[in-house]
Amino acid sequence: MFTDITIGQYYPTDSIIHRLDPRTKIILTFVYIFLLFTINNILGYAIAFIFLMTLIALTKIPFWYVMKGVKPLLAIILFTVIINVMMTPGTPIWQWGILKISYEGMEYAFLMSTRLIMLVIGTSLMTLTTSPIDLTEGIEYSIKWMPFVGKYAHELSMMMSIALRFIPTLMEETDRIMKAQKARGADFESGNLIQRAKALIPILVPLFISGFRRADELATAMEARCYRGGEGRTRMHVLAYKRNDRVAFVIFSLLAVLLIGSRFTKIPTIVELLKGL
Amino acid sequence: MSIQVINLEHIYSKGSPFEYKALTNINLTTIKGEFVGLIGHTGSGKSTLIQHFNGLLKPTSGTILYDGIDIFANKKKSLKDLRRKVGLVFQYPEYQLFEETVAKDVAYGPGNLGYDQEKIESLVRESIELVGLDYDEIAEKSPFELSGGQMRRVAIAGVLAMEPEVLILDEPTAGLDPRGRDEILGQIKNLHKKRKMTVILVSHSMEDIGRLVDKIIVMAKGEIVVYDTPAKVFSQVKKLEAIGLAVPEVTYLLHRLKETYPEIRDDIYTMEEAVVEIERVVFKGGQHVH
Repeated sequence: MFTDITIGQYYPTDSIIHRLDPRTKIILTFVYIFLLFTINNILGYAIAFIFLMTLIALTKIPFWYVMKGVKPLLAIILFTVIINVMMTPGTPIWQWGILKISYEGMEYAFLMSTRLIMLVIGTSLMTLTTSPIDLTEGIEYSIKWMPFVGKYAHELSMMMSIALRFIPTLMEETDRIMKAQKARGADFESGNLIQRAKALIPILVPLFISGFRRADELATAMEARCYRGGEGRTRMHVLAYKRNDRVAFVIFSLLAVLLIGSRFTKIPTIVELLKGL
Repeated sequence: MSIQVINLEHIYSKGSPFEYKALTNINLTTIKGEFVGLIGHTGSGKSTLIQHFNGLLKPTSGTILYDGIDIFANKKKSLKDLRRKVGLVFQYPEYQLFEETVAKDVAYGPGNLGYDQEKIESLVRESIELVGLDYDEIAEKSPFELSGGQMRRVAIAGVLAMEPEVLILDEPTAGLDPRGRDEILGQIKNLHKKRKMTVILVSHSMEDIGRLVDKIIVMAKGEIVVYDTPAKVFSQVKKLEAIGLAVPEVTYLLHRLKETYPEIRDDIYTMEEAVVEIERVVFKGGQHVH
């Protein structure tokens, strides 16, 4: 059940995207998110869609594997679709009391869900192509110069890398504890909501205990190796932007120009297109 | 016949880039009341195999029969029943304790089976005593106040409280001191003798296994290499060494002694028997030379 979540899962391949500087990927992911929200017509979506598909192809990660990241969010996407379909005012197709479906609602729901899916895929591409160590290093470098938080950049990134490091461990642990309790006749699949919630206690209690134990052991191990925070700590890898990173920034600038430009083009909406037929 | 495995194959994450073949072509039959040792290196598929015995893992292909019935033939209900009959104690079972008191934790299994209060209480008392702990002393304690060895025994009691017919233990002595190890193994041996329980013991230690079991399954790279009596298994020194395992130290000693004393038996794998044999051959029956 836990293996479906691809967010935070690194997929190693030898691609041009994998070799980019982690800072480039972090910054450009934020740019990408921002750009997705500037899109207001179908031309923009088409541009972003083609761009995203090209990006996935460049990462050399199998397409279905990337798509797996959307699965856990299907419920949220479905919810958005329903809300949008029902709540958008416009020409109704079907009405029953206060519930109505309009053309505009359908279009809006379609575009919103596309945006959400592209958002999830785009951001998961960052974690799929960046190893957790690179990622936290990138984050540390990216926030070092910020006021207030900058002082804690190292601590924050260390916390993040530890958290990321322990995701698979804790998943394994959960799986193991679940199996152990199942071997004692536990049943997690049937019963009503309260019974199911109660059935989780035998998993959560041991999981918390082992979480605390691991944290304690790790802290001791780090202290034993003279860890005392970021101050005065030098690093083995010093990040440096390379040619490919500059190319990536240029490409994203072009994408930004295209997407923002597309806002001002007069493109008919899907509803208008359908009505024109 | 209690557990029978036919052409079992298990592949983890099939169809993903992390696909991993854990078990191939596993065939075995255990007899009721038998004490079986399962030995092999880390990653040889031991843990994967035992999780098939109570239906925690579904085979990619192949069949598992319990008392002649395919365990996956019937849906849900039969699996719970199977898990009662085939008790599985995981590695480091103390990490699965969760209740406020020892008694409550041990009662979790029988409680899940829907037994009435009276039966649960008597099962809890009985199984805590079976693992050599004093019920009155620890029943109301928090399991987290206990020592590592005690916690492990409470966890084993938690499985015993379900009155399994087959008891599978995955490295029950891992991380214990020699005394704790001997105590646990002694209790397991007792359970096997008194309760006529079928026991499957997973272990790294040839010494432990050799002393206790009727039969040994040796696994390597997801396959069964040998499945025979300890004497026959330990006679195949070359084969065991080829997969990175060793026979018990005393067997090596006897092999070396055979070079000088050709009449000595070298199919011995327990310390006690070795002492007798060495006294017989080397010291010609009781002439102790110190």
